[in-house]
Amino acid sequence: MLKKALYGLAIASVAFSSCGGPSADGGKKATTGALGSSVAEKAYVAPGEYDEFYAFISGGFSGQLAVYGLPSGRLFRVIPVFSQDPEKGYGYNEETKPLLNTSHGMVPWGDAHHPDISQTGGKVDGRWVFINENNTPRIARISLKTFETEEIIEIPNSAGNHSSSFVTENSEYVVAGTRFSVPIPQRDIPISEYKGNFQGSLSFLSIDKEDGDMDLAFQIRMPGFDYDLSHPGRGKSHGWFFFTTYNTEEAHSLLEVNASQNDKDFIAAVNWKYAEQLIAEGKFTEEAVKYAENEWDESTHMATSTIKKSVKVLDASKLPGLVYFLPTPKSPHGCDVSPDGEYIIGSGKLAAELTAHSFTKIEKAIAEKNFDGEAYGIPILNYEAINAGAVKNPGLGPLHTEFDGKGNAYTTFFISSEVVKWKLGTWEVIDRHPVYYSVGHLMIPGGNSREPFGKYLVAMNKITKDRYLSTGPEVCQSAQLFNIEGDKMELLLDFPTVGEPHYAAGCPADLVHPNTTKIFKLEENNHPYVTKSEKEARVVRDGNDVHIYMTMIRSHFAPDNIEGVRVGDRVFFHITNLEQDYDVPHGFSMIGANTSELLIMPGRTETSMWYPKEVGVWPFYCTDFCSALHQEMQGYVRVSPKGSNTPLTYTLDDDPLDM
Amino acid sequence: MKKSRILMIIGPLFLLGLFVYPLWNIRLEAPQYPIPLGMYIHINKITDELPHDVKNINLMNHYVGMKEIPEHMLEFDLFPPIIIAMVIIGVLIGFKANYKWFLGWFILMSLLGIAGVYDFYLWEYDYGHDLDPKAIMKFTNPDGTPMGFQPPLFGSKVILNFVAHSYPATGAYLMFVGMMMTLAAFFVGKAEEAKK
Ligand SMILES: [Cu+2]
Repeated sequence: MLKKALYGLAIASVAFSSCGGPSADGGKKATTGALGSSVAEKAYVAPGEYDEFYAFISGGFSGQLAVYGLPSGRLFRVIPVFSQDPEKGYGYNEETKPLLNTSHGMVPWGDAHHPDISQTGGKVDGRWVFINENNTPRIARISLKTFETEEIIEIPNSAGNHSSSFVTENSEYVVAGTRFSVPIPQRDIPISEYKGNFQGSLSFLSIDKEDGDMDLAFQIRMPGFDYDLSHPGRGKSHGWFFFTTYNTEEAHSLLEVNASQNDKDFIAAVNWKYAEQLIAEGKFTEEAVKYAENEWDESTHMATSTIKKSVKVLDASKLPGLVYFLPTPKSPHGCDVSPDGEYIIGSGKLAAELTAHSFTKIEKAIAEKNFDGEAYGIPILNYEAINAGAVKNPGLGPLHTEFDGKGNAYTTFFISSEVVKWKLGTWEVIDRHPVYYSVGHLMIPGGNSREPFGKYLVAMNKITKDRYLSTGPEVCQSAQLFNIEGDKMELLLDFPTVGEPHYAAGCPADLVHPNTTKIFKLEENNHPYVTKSEKEARVVRDGNDVHIYMTMIRSHFAPDNIEGVRVGDRVFFHITNLEQDYDVPHGFSMIGANTSELLIMPGRTETSMWYPKEVGVWPFYCTDFCSALHQEMQGYVRVSPKGSNTPLTYTLDDDPLDM
Repeated sequence: MKKSRILMIIGPLFLLGLFVYPLWNIRLEAPQYPIPLGMYIHINKITDELPHDVKNINLMNHYVGMKEIPEHMLEFDLFPPIIIAMVIIGVLIGFKANYKWFLGWFILMSLLGIAGVYDFYLWEYDYGHDLDPKAIMKFTNPDGTPMGFQPPLFGSKVILNFVAHSYPATGAYLMFVGMMMTLAAFFVGKAEEAKK
């Protein structure tokens, strides 16, 4: 009898807690209750076992992309993308410096926001990750074979590249939409003359089917709003791209007030298939611009930077049918398309409800010219005519929605710090769960595709105070992992992240893990300064430049004694790692060099530049613990006074190398 | 044609498999090599089991002063003509000679095989014992003599942090099958002779 009563009570409490809002106990009950141990098991990956999913979580203001495993939350690697990384020599060695070149010169830092995985047939294919840089508008492509940045393109006529870098369902395009509208072309005008003089750009970068090579295909000139987020249509809406806007007021100051006046802003619906047609018909103008296109060459192990000077522009105000505006309440942030492509969800940050537009109704409204006026020549569709429904009173401050592929949607609420699960079509709230704290985006692996893998959900939080051991005023940022297989979301794990976990993309490990590169083949290394055997190692003087062709292998450099270098020289260490074994990189560092170490993968060549400033005998050594004799992996460069005639010699074990 | 002759003609032809398949496999296993390093010994060359294995075996072995695995050996010049000769002789015997010759061929081939194994042992011994006096790491046996790193001739053996496995490979099995056929040819021939 007593047992039965307790049982009833337990059910009642579960039912109660599931329908309530954020609870006062901070949700700790879930991890300390009777089910606590089984929750831990669900996120546990035993030593030596692999995670089921990769999660690529952006590092926000760190400028990088971090790779985690799910469900363990283990951090595997931080891929340098937009910021220099001395750990890997990225942006410091001569080979990768060109990747960070822009029309403003070398920019050593970036603000990485939204990663997205390439797709084939509407499914994530695990080939590349694209990610945008917000501050100096750029898009990067990262190879999931090498987990290295292979390409970075700067976006001209753009500022604050935020509604980016989302990929269409056959990886036809990756987009870049400007957050800040600016005078185009840039010129000296009063800021108060913003309205009508500032404009926005939406850029479409084509992606090569074979090697992923990106090209700025065209831009669409837009009114001077702020473009916040975007998502591609898919399925029936494939061929369209949707961008949220804010500041349709076109205010230029105190935006927190002045850009929050309109009851509705817009989602811009762009017909990119039609844009392609317009380009083919020559309906564009060729504009003079300046932007950097930086590409990594896998064969030469080297990046090159090219400054490009023109772009094709389509003017949305003058080309009917290219763009339509969907009125959407109150400064929408997320712009999320359901897996079948029917619903476009606008998350009005200041709205009391979530708005869903119907693609079928949009097409009908366009056909019937059911417009509520226009903005800068772009038709505004009638709100009632396109509205599919709304989730009423879902929470405070909706930001971003993803889908589980089973008819459910999950939306983050920044102000009320929670994730809310609701049903597509009926718009009813099914479940809600608090998060800690101030969640921005969330991610379900395969989220931006026709086939999400609806097993896990990662919530990315902005604030963690009191959640972890403190580390001074700056505490870690974090992500939270939920299991979403059941009716109720189940919190499995908290894990800290690198930088601000701004957004993420995920995919099954099977799509990536078996295809990764283990070593770079020496015979395929076409670096102009490669040294393929110790016999070929040498030092060559060319005026004041000294080129050292050096090799490394467990556990020595060749040569390891170099004499004949002079103060005032410019010394290039071109170092080739001769290893052909998985996971055996070597490092290189030179005392007093005004750069970073090198960390050289098996079969790769990298170059470090050093200006010897003082007479003496100066050591260099391997920085990566490579073998039992790692500590012995070192050498010396003798530096003689300027103008001295110390002969140029280079030896290993006191022998010349070409014996 | 008699069954014994057919067996005696086909048997030696199996030896030609040695020109396609390796004779022997040596594999080194250690915790830090979850995928073991391995090499195949052919009659005319030594090859990687997985790409770059031989290079990586050399890298591991240099710590204890072992020489690099040779790209060329005298045996690589000798073995192929011997095998070719034995195949030709075997086939000719199969066509022409008395069944007693079948046994003769088998015994000669066995002797050559034993000589080959002995030669392999000598090479292994030298490879495992002729160490660079400037070796980075020197190990001694409990009795104070310098430790050798000779892989086993056949079977598995612990060598420092590695377990070395040494087993015949496809070529050797084909050779074995071929030789057994010639032995069978002898007995079948003998029975055929008795029937007459
Ligand atoms: Cu090293």
